[in-house]
Amino acid sequence: MDEKPRTEQSKDVLITSVRPDADVLIADAIRERFGAAVNEFRGEISLVLAPGQLQEVVRTLRDEFAFDFLSSLTASDYWPELEPRFHVVYQLYSHPHNTRLCLRVPVNDRSPVVPTVESVWPVANWHEREVFDMFGIRFEGHSDLRRILMPYDWEGHPLRKDYPLGYEEPQFTFNFEDIQIRKHRGRYEEA
Amino acid sequence: MKKPNTVESYLRHTKMFTQTEVSFDELRHLVSDRALTGETVLLNMGPQHPSTHGVLRLLLELDGETVINCIPDIGFLHTGIEKNMEAKTYLKAEVMTDRMDYLNTVGNNLVYCLAIEKLAELDVPPRAQGVRLILVELQRIASHLVWLGTHALDLAAMSLFLYCFREREMILNILEMCSGQRMMTTYIRPGGLWRDTPVEFEDAVRQFLRLFPPRIDQYEAMLTKNPIFMDRTKKIGVIAAEEAVKWGLTGPSLRASGVAYDLRKVSPYLGYEQYEFDVPVLQGGDVYARYQVRMEEMRQSVRIIQQALDKLPYGPVRSENRKYVPPPRSELSTSMEAVIHHFKLWTEGFLLPEGAVYVPVESPRGELGCYLESDGGPKPHRVHFRTPSFVHLQALPLLSKGHLVADLVAIIGSVDIVLGDADR
Repeated sequence: MDEKPRTEQSKDVLITSVRPDADVLIADAIRERFGAAVNEFRGEISLVLAPGQLQEVVRTLRDEFAFDFLSSLTASDYWPELEPRFHVVYQLYSHPHNTRLCLRVPVNDRSPVVPTVESVWPVANWHEREVFDMFGIRFEGHSDLRRILMPYDWEGHPLRKDYPLGYEEPQFTFNFEDIQIRKHRGRYEEA
Repeated sequence: MKKPNTVESYLRHTKMFTQTEVSFDELRHLVSDRALTGETVLLNMGPQHPSTHGVLRLLLELDGETVINCIPDIGFLHTGIEKNMEAKTYLKAEVMTDRMDYLNTVGNNLVYCLAIEKLAELDVPPRAQGVRLILVELQRIASHLVWLGTHALDLAAMSLFLYCFREREMILNILEMCSGQRMMTTYIRPGGLWRDTPVEFEDAVRQFLRLFPPRIDQYEAMLTKNPIFMDRTKKIGVIAAEEAVKWGLTGPSLRASGVAYDLRKVSPYLGYEQYEFDVPVLQGGDVYARYQVRMEEMRQSVRIIQQALDKLPYGPVRSENRKYVPPPRSELSTSMEAVIHHFKLWTEGFLLPEGAVYVPVESPRGELGCYLESDGGPKPHRVHFRTPSFVHLQALPLLSKGHLVADLVAIIGSVDIVLGDADR
């Protein structure tokens, strides 16, 4: 333990084969096997998958293509479009290949459910809780799907596009009554 | 479909799954059976606790003084930055990025600007790149100094705190010199910098570089061979390389476990590939190894700044692409085009092409990633920050299992969390 910090001049001790086109090859392999759509934008490769395929694809990616690291997991809301309404976005990284890959899973408004990837990368646990908290997307099979950032009794999911930013509505003559009633109720009924 | 304008009307018009009550049953699966019989004690630590480095609440299940389970509870500093950014133009939204990780403000600006530049394919002049790199590395040292001071303070080494903040002050003075602000600088802008550095910048940085390396030796003299410090940190909070990767650790915490993953090396940005520096990697995986890695990182940062300052070219600090970068003030009185660009940029803001990018950078704590999605309009459609503190907190139960409560304090300090970074 007392040894001097070992320093690395090389890029990475774990990198065994660095091919600049590794992500393209991997994406092609996944497209052929699972029929996923492949998009390229600004040098980033993304695969579009159906929720049903997700479990199998991520297992393949981890075990065969060494994507050992889930870098980020988030979602995006395309409201008022409803089918699909959300995209769940996974950013994967492979330490051995030094390459990144993006997975996008479209989810409908009616039943926003995606299988969990917690069993593949444990780090997904909190990321999925955050997406559930912010978007109301349920992760099937998740061990601990509670809110994480918002208070436990919060209603609604704030990062949905139809969720308002939460400013106070200005009171004009045309909506005077409307707001007055609401103010009243807030003050007396809930107390 | 019309967007409801208040939260209340939204809730009246939508019927969605909501969770309204939480009881002990909700947490039942997270604690052991012994908690039910009263054999172990459930104890709250935080959210107002000096050693949790911010508003972090830990629900501890204790057997005597040994931690059986640790359930982190975050969100006390949640300010809805991602939601707010969706309602602002790209330039205005940048101000909020400073407020996330308040020890790495320049780095937060950087990752956001890099994402915009990648999406817009915007060029950045070499001088701006150099100044950005110097400031980011200075900020890394400043962040490590705060970490070192508070970490040592948790372990009862009080005097170090004062020394660390003395040196940090020099860095904050440099930031103030450049941007007028000590912490929330917003100095890095899409396409370059807000303005060029003042003339005294170079001397100030050189003076810091002259003074600082001997000071690191002083800190090390106080801690590295200190028997109390070694007893408190060695073999505490050990995590193996494979586990660390699985649980998403990055940055110094990962490198202390033996994985040489540094984004400055594996996917260089800002021209890091031009500079010579080493990435310290240790095998211990404990609190002491994390300490050693960070101390060495400060030395390496000094090396990088030295080289960057020697190479720093003269020239413009902002891109000439007027669709994204405002024209200089002097042009406004002579060029009609400049007036139009200025007006467009300060009213509507710039439009980014439709698409999504993910840009990771190496923050002092680990991988800081920005997922930026544009729908072609002047405001971001979705911004998400993958913050290292959020991910590292998740590994806290794993690190602290079986240790004493006093060691838990050392472990929290060693993963270097910032709650503003975790909650956003």
